[in-house]
Amino acid sequence: MSTGLNDNEIISKVLNGDHEAYAGLVNRYQNYVFTLTLRMIKSREDAEEVAQDIFIKAYRSLSSFRGDSKFSTWLYTIVNTTAITFLRKKKLDIHSLDNEKVFEVADSQDSGLRANLVEQKSKVSMVNNAIALLNPDDAQIITLFYKAEQTLEEIAQVLGLETNTAKVRLHRARTRLKEKMETHFAEEVRDLN
Amino acid sequence: MNTQHSPEEKLWEYIDGISSPDEKTMIEQLLQNDAVWKAKYQELMEINQLLQSSDLEAPSMRFTKNVMEEITKLHIAPATKSYINNKIIWGLGIFFIIMIVGFLIYGFGQVDWTVQNDTTITDKLGKIDYSKFFNNTLVNVFMMINVVLGLFLLDNYLSNKRKQYRKEM
Repeated sequence: MSTGLNDNEIISKVLNGDHEAYAGLVNRYQNYVFTLTLRMIKSREDAEEVAQDIFIKAYRSLSSFRGDSKFSTWLYTIVNTTAITFLRKKKLDIHSLDNEKVFEVADSQDSGLRANLVEQKSKVSMVNNAIALLNPDDAQIITLFYKAEQTLEEIAQVLGLETNTAKVRLHRARTRLKEKMETHFAEEVRDLN
Repeated sequence: MNTQHSPEEKLWEYIDGISSPDEKTMIEQLLQNDAVWKAKYQELMEINQLLQSSDLEAPSMRFTKNVMEEITKLHIAPATKSYINNKIIWGLGIFFIIMIVGFLIYGFGQVDWTVQNDTTITDKLGKIDYSKFFNNTLVNVFMMINVVLGLFLLDNYLSNKRKQYRKEM
């Protein structure tokens, strides 16, 4: 196993023929990649399939990783393009951030999730559930910033945006998340204050 | 784009640590003196902490195994330098250069540069006699067979190298 090695050392090993070393990278990033994919795609089954596809794509093009950026940033770029391609293929809407209808659609998504709200009282569950109600763009940028340890510059690189645009998008995503929490989890939000 | 930031946006920038030094000082003063700003800050900090503590989702237990099984069927597109022997490339290059230079020396050596009555240089070059090297069909056929065999052997050598490389992976 390559658990003690950093990303670049594992990549060197893989490129030198030790393909088993790649398991180290998969183990290290599987939760990040799966969370990002799930938050964009919403279906657990599809997200698992797409996440596997992402790691396979990354493996095949590993020789093109030049090390100019962090491996995670490079990997999340593949997550972004693969998940968007999947959503397009599935003909699911990828809503623009300015489209107010996203709230209505998000509300209609995953109604089973809200049915379990009574049982899911913890604050962390509330945040996860609120993120699940966001549109893919908002959920993605929040996950990249808070869970995938990406700076605004790196997020801009992943999403192919200007840093300032990424900053504005993050702000809007957080505002929408707050609104979701206040609308759907009013009781829990009251407990916070 | 609107460059006027709302108080909430300014507070988020402060929380994210990306405020300018001037804004940072201003916000710190407001947080000390303004109850509304302070309440908003606490609210946003709470959300920030919740977001930081939100869980990562885990895929199925077989995830890594599934990926690794798929990967064993694949190969990373290797850099060409890893499976092409440079010595062979250089050898072929040198061989062809020697051949070309040899023919040129032989050809130009036959031309009588002192004779002025020939009109053009192409006429002179047209008179070069290569029959010493290529004088009958049998030799031409023999050389053609050699070239084909040479290419066949080269192809064989490169495929073996490629197979060896894949086995090592």
